[in-house]
Amino acid sequence: MTQRQTQILYRTCWTIALLIVAIPFMFPFVWMVSAGFKSTTEIFGAPTLIPRVWRWQNFIEVFTYQPFARQYFNSLYIAILVTVLTLIISSLAGYALARMRFAGAGLLMLFLISALMVPEEVTIIPNFFLIRSMGLVDTHWPLILLPTFGPQGVMATFLMRQYFLALPKELEDAGKMDGLSRFGVWWRIALPMSRPALAAVAIITFLSSWNLFLEPLIFLSSLEMFTLPLALSNFNDSYGLPLWNLQLAATTLAVVPILIVYLIAQRQIIESFALSGVKG
Amino acid sequence: MEAWLFVSPSAVGFLIFFLGPLCAVVYFSMTEWNLLTQQAAFVGLANFEDALLENPDFWHVVRNSVIFALGLVPLNMALALTLALALSRPFFGVVFFRTVFFAPVVTSAIAWAIVWKFLLQGEGGFINQMLAIVGISGPNWLREPNWAMAAVIVTRVIKMVGLNMILYIAALQAIPRDYEAAARLEGASRWQIFRMIIWPLLAPTTLIIMVITTIGSFKVFDHIYQMTGGGPENGTLVLAFYIYQQGFKFFNIGYASALAMIMFVIVMMLTIVQVMLRRKGAE
Repeated sequence: MTQRQTQILYRTCWTIALLIVAIPFMFPFVWMVSAGFKSTTEIFGAPTLIPRVWRWQNFIEVFTYQPFARQYFNSLYIAILVTVLTLIISSLAGYALARMRFAGAGLLMLFLISALMVPEEVTIIPNFFLIRSMGLVDTHWPLILLPTFGPQGVMATFLMRQYFLALPKELEDAGKMDGLSRFGVWWRIALPMSRPALAAVAIITFLSSWNLFLEPLIFLSSLEMFTLPLALSNFNDSYGLPLWNLQLAATTLAVVPILIVYLIAQRQIIESFALSGVKG
Repeated sequence: MEAWLFVSPSAVGFLIFFLGPLCAVVYFSMTEWNLLTQQAAFVGLANFEDALLENPDFWHVVRNSVIFALGLVPLNMALALTLALALSRPFFGVVFFRTVFFAPVVTSAIAWAIVWKFLLQGEGGFINQMLAIVGISGPNWLREPNWAMAAVIVTRVIKMVGLNMILYIAALQAIPRDYEAAARLEGASRWQIFRMIIWPLLAPTTLIIMVITTIGSFKVFDHIYQMTGGGPENGTLVLAFYIYQQGFKFFNIGYASALAMIMFVIVMMLTIVQVMLRRKGAE
């Protein structure tokens, strides 16, 4: 065999191996969609990739079994709100930590660093009593406040700080000479230059709010207030057994739009995660 | 002063929803407090004694958490590195593979667990139907403690490995190509290049990934909640789930807070080890 032939053989073997490894990553999505269209009898019969009978009704029953449209809307508006709040708060604090000298900055940094590593499970019990004393149980407030100010928000602050630190100072100095206030420099110069970091924070924050589970589980009790992950885990019959076809149809409705956005913007999304991962 | 205007929203929220609760949990952990009876009494370290010395559940949970971490971390890292090595250079289909391996990361853990629970059912589950074709009678995966633990670990690895994969890819792409070219000129084999050049240069990344993944494995909650609910026979009852169960199912606030403190200490120790190792590496 020539060198070239070995090369091709080698490549082909690798690609086939990768395709095999890729199966457990892709197949669950395919099977989820397929099972979402099946009837209860077909779901447990001999496996078929394409449903013998397409049961579109599943996707209607999803909305009658639970207030699924409302729950969908809840997830969406909460994720957007958390994202916007986190962007504002983290870029403000990140800017101050990167560019300004002030008493207590060192201490604040130390606190924030330690907060990065503490799991939300550690503080969830006192937070429950705090939220309860505010009368906010079974509202969406804890789902907005806890992630915005908790470890997720701190991580965003660090990401922004890191990015601001790497920006050239000269433009900001010029802005100051032209009579811009600190706030003006932040808004008109620093923020427009940090679009990649803002995009990364937005993507990660949105996804983590969209997928949030512990807080909804603990704070929400009425069906109309549920967010998607909690609603999905709730497709059970009166014996507590899963209503598989409805549950998988609902899961399809929750997952597929995110997957489509991911496929379109995969490069940007993967880079955002890489950026947040290497911060440590 | 101006700076505090910038940081105050973040600092105030941090104080109320993080630092305050963190101090409160220290106090809670030293009380006997059952929400059903509405009585809170200071009991010192009794809850810790209870956990560490008396309650056999606690060590069972620790054992489960350690098994989960020991299974998940090496598997996750080995797979992440292998995939990264295969996908760090452009070839036909590289974007496709990266996209596929990363897709579960952006998916909700609940959705992922729902689908895998469906695939892993004992009777009529897809996995067992496939195994039956080749003549293997698969177990009732999520109903037998050991199989359930294995299933939870493997499905979690598939869900999260993409994250470590891209961190490894970034690190691999930062290694200058000349190193490898020079080694090849010297007649080094692929394995030698990996062992002598790439692996040592990846050490800082490997360290960070190891600590992040270990901490992440102690935090796992939603995945287990949905797939096994901590069962069967508490076979997948891990620390984060145990805290939730004691605090919000049985309302043992004091005991659950003591568990939260123990988790805090474990995570802090892991973090300190990471910082120390990194300092040592920098020298």
